[in-house]
Amino acid sequence: MKVALVSRRRLLGSLAATGVMAGVDAQIGAAQSDAVITRPIPSSGELLPLVGLGTWITFNVGYDEMARDSCAEVMRSFFAAGGRMIDSSPMYGSSQAVVGHGLNKLGRPTALFSADKVWISSGSRGPAQIESSRRHWAVPRFDLLQVHNLLAWQEHLPRLLAMKSSGQLRYVGITTSEGRRHREVEQIMSSQPLDFVQVTYNALDREVEARILPLAQERRIAVIVNRPFREGALIRSVARHRLPSWAGELGCANWAQVLLKFIVSHPAVTCAIPATTSVAHVRENMGAAQGPLPDEAMRRRMAAHVEQL
Amino acid sequence: MSEWWTYTLSDFLLFSPRTYYRLFELYNAEIWPGQVLGLLTGLAILALLRNPGPWQSRVISALLGASWLWVAWAYHHARYASINWAATYFAIAFAVEALLLIVIGLVGRGLVVRGVSHWINWVGVGLVVFALAAQPLIGPLAGRPWPQVEIFGIAPDPTVVATLGVIVLACSWPKWLLLPIPILWCVVSGATAWVMQSSDAALMPAVAILVVFAGTVSALVRWARLRA
Repeated sequence: MKVALVSRRRLLGSLAATGVMAGVDAQIGAAQSDAVITRPIPSSGELLPLVGLGTWITFNVGYDEMARDSCAEVMRSFFAAGGRMIDSSPMYGSSQAVVGHGLNKLGRPTALFSADKVWISSGSRGPAQIESSRRHWAVPRFDLLQVHNLLAWQEHLPRLLAMKSSGQLRYVGITTSEGRRHREVEQIMSSQPLDFVQVTYNALDREVEARILPLAQERRIAVIVNRPFREGALIRSVARHRLPSWAGELGCANWAQVLLKFIVSHPAVTCAIPATTSVAHVRENMGAAQGPLPDEAMRRRMAAHVEQL
Repeated sequence: MSEWWTYTLSDFLLFSPRTYYRLFELYNAEIWPGQVLGLLTGLAILALLRNPGPWQSRVISALLGASWLWVAWAYHHARYASINWAATYFAIAFAVEALLLIVIGLVGRGLVVRGVSHWINWVGVGLVVFALAAQPLIGPLAGRPWPQVEIFGIAPDPTVVATLGVIVLACSWPKWLLLPIPILWCVVSGATAWVMQSSDAALMPAVAILVVFAGTVSALVRWARLRA
């Protein structure tokens, strides 16, 4: 597996350097999808790769053409490595438009699993915001729409569920981050027919292990994990330390893969959505969706190790 | 949202420092040589401060009003709003300040600027000079590239600092109506820079504190004179 990874990176690097990636994206994606570990969305059985792509901060680059193209390259590498889910929100400034720019540039990859959110305090203005988001992405419909940070969820959720019933949407979810309103999240998970819940979870922020992740398994709700690196702070704090000896056993070549493998190896987690502006980093991140995953004993060891750094 | 207290300042930072400062770089490139006009406008204000009087004050108000209006439209609305939805509100606030400057200073002749006769007035002049000559250098000194330079009449921070200098120099009461928006901007700008861990994050809050201090002392001195 390790040898295959190296050869894949070399292949991608040389293709990117020669500028011939565009024409062969689909083939590379298809060829590599075997190597990428997937997990089923419980409500449908559809398979999703363990690692997705977040857009918080990183894709909010406004009208900067150079930065937009750079984000498109990140997306190109993401799809080439077998990625599917891209997650954004109307809260993220220009991120949705930048995703749309990238999708156009890449020829609208069919592998895309589009995940966006509704984030507006007025329920009646939800449909207009969703339509605006859809136009930014330039997709016929979203795969997943989530109520962002539970904002006005009582008004938005029935509408999203109705959209799903009428075929305008495939999946419905809710999100929270950094431990906010977990009690309310649990109540909604228990009472509403959700397909997805999005929460913050990483080696240091493990509150969801106690109730939300078990509840997601019990209710057959897919789990998306945001802020896996605490917006980069976690990576920066561990990066000055050497990789532990057991990292190699897990097929981890860097800290990003260690931290991500900890997250995605939880049986309740469907995928993590690290955000990045770097092609090299997106390749590193996607590497966490390959190779062996740690068992429960190893996961405890990983968390303890990161905690004591 | 009932739990605003659980949010930190960093939760409201939607962009990276690189994106934020590159916005100035692209803005500067697009409007060149508008920066020259901005600087000339600032120098004209400084020259008019040497000869205070009713019409000079009205011209200063008009020039400042035009600068605020430009920043509201060209920076906040047309550019900053592309990465920060809150910039739409900043644009409105800057437009309101522009209108206040024009209505109070130009139409109502309510922003009478006095000559440099007291140390407090030197604070006012010093702020205008600082905004024109020193503030643009801070970015490059902090390690940011020259194309990202922030210039009076073009970028919000030096425009706000120069306006605060003029407000300190004004001796009529309506000047207090002009104070809230620039002071609030100092807080917003300082908070943004602080979350981005910029080395010059303390600058705008320090200016706000200085202006509030100078304004308070100025009011107390005038009150004491009236009593005497």
